[in-house]
Amino acid sequence: MERVVVVDYGMGNLRSVERALKHVAADAEVSISSSPEAVRNAHRVVFPGQGAMPDCMRYLRETGLEDAVRDAADRKPFLGICVGMQMLLEHSEEGDTPGLGILPGRVRRFAPPEGSGMKVPHMGWNEVAHDGAHPIWSGIASDERFYFVHSYYCAPGDGEVTAATCEYSLRFTAALARANIFATQFHPEKSHTVGLSLYRNFLAWTP
Amino acid sequence: MLAKRIIPCLDVNAGRVVKGINFVSLRDAGDPVEIARRYGQEGADEITFLDITASSDDRDLILPIIEQVADQVFIPLTVGGGVRSVGDVRRLLNAGADKISLNTAAISNPALVAEAAGKFGSQAIVVAIDAKETAPGRWGVFTHGGRNAAGLDAVAWAREVARLGAGEILLTSMDRDGTRQGFNLPLTRAVAEAVSVPVIASGGVGTLDHLAEGVLEGKADAVLAASIFHYGEYSIAAAKRHMAAKGIVMRMSW
Repeated sequence: MERVVVVDYGMGNLRSVERALKHVAADAEVSISSSPEAVRNAHRVVFPGQGAMPDCMRYLRETGLEDAVRDAADRKPFLGICVGMQMLLEHSEEGDTPGLGILPGRVRRFAPPEGSGMKVPHMGWNEVAHDGAHPIWSGIASDERFYFVHSYYCAPGDGEVTAATCEYSLRFTAALARANIFATQFHPEKSHTVGLSLYRNFLAWTP
Repeated sequence: MLAKRIIPCLDVNAGRVVKGINFVSLRDAGDPVEIARRYGQEGADEITFLDITASSDDRDLILPIIEQVADQVFIPLTVGGGVRSVGDVRRLLNAGADKISLNTAAISNPALVAEAAGKFGSQAIVVAIDAKETAPGRWGVFTHGGRNAAGLDAVAWAREVARLGAGEILLTSMDRDGTRQGFNLPLTRAVAEAVSVPVIASGGVGTLDHLAEGVLEGKADAVLAASIFHYGEYSIAAAKRHMAAKGIVMRMSW
């Protein structure tokens, strides 16, 4: 049976990610784990993140999970979510924090023009426009809405890794893909049936 | 474009959904898990649970409900009512809530907002503000179902909780709640324009036009209603179609 591990480094509530994966995983064993060993032994790795990126990076290092996460991002089907996506890049403006640098690029804060009335965080359902085909988009239409909640966004240094974009005061990267890595700024686990489809596709994906 | 949200609210008392009419008389509207699932299927953008259980001994009864809903309904879930400590916040998040709404506890202990936002992220912390008109164009913050004045100006308090780290504000007009006369639009607009975080308008919805007004005139980012959905008067889908027809961007496929 395939082992799917949701990496728990102490940041945020991972139960909803686990529940959504379990809901669609007919023949996979889904677990939340803070053990580097479990991450190393997993067939697929999901890397969520919530809250402030400086804390996420610090906890990731303190729990000794960084190497296991790097190893997974190197060779296993790997799904980053929200801050778990942002951490893959080189640097974040949030607390001037170095990221894992697995993908090129920087994380920036939304700065809507004065008087625009646009709110930060970007919270709610927004359209995700595919940038090229990808197995993770199987059965999901471009411009389908997913649930977002974030104040910072990924600006990858290489446009090739952008798998989808979204518009909020500017057009930003809503999903990243390279080889065995896929990552979303939005929360598939909170995006109703379309989000469950994304998880189903991730579980079936052979990069 | 980002869609405006419709959020059905389920008032939960001892394991059942009820809706207070002016927060006094209660009518039973059914099983929370069943209702939440139906709302998810009908296109609700989020669901809010408000625990109005009086006895603190019975308050944990909401935890298994949240767990069951979170197992079946994959949209954001907010829980509020009787949340007093970081420990309460943690328990509800662990049960499956995505956001926790603080009300009275934020007033008596504003540091709780900062502490909870610091621990769980601003995205998980909503501050609920119950406001009543105290003079023309002035609104005060009230607690205990609108009975006690907190001695705070609603607009100033909204700014303060946003500064402390609240990721969203749930604004209820106590003058309108349960009246079905529509949102208090001047109040909603004053708060929505004063803060940089999203504002949910609540209190007073009786028609679908009221929902649209909350966004178009009240400038709310989301609208919350209970009774018009619970009794099958209007479906969430019909509400979304109505709002979309008024030119509001809505999530129309699910």
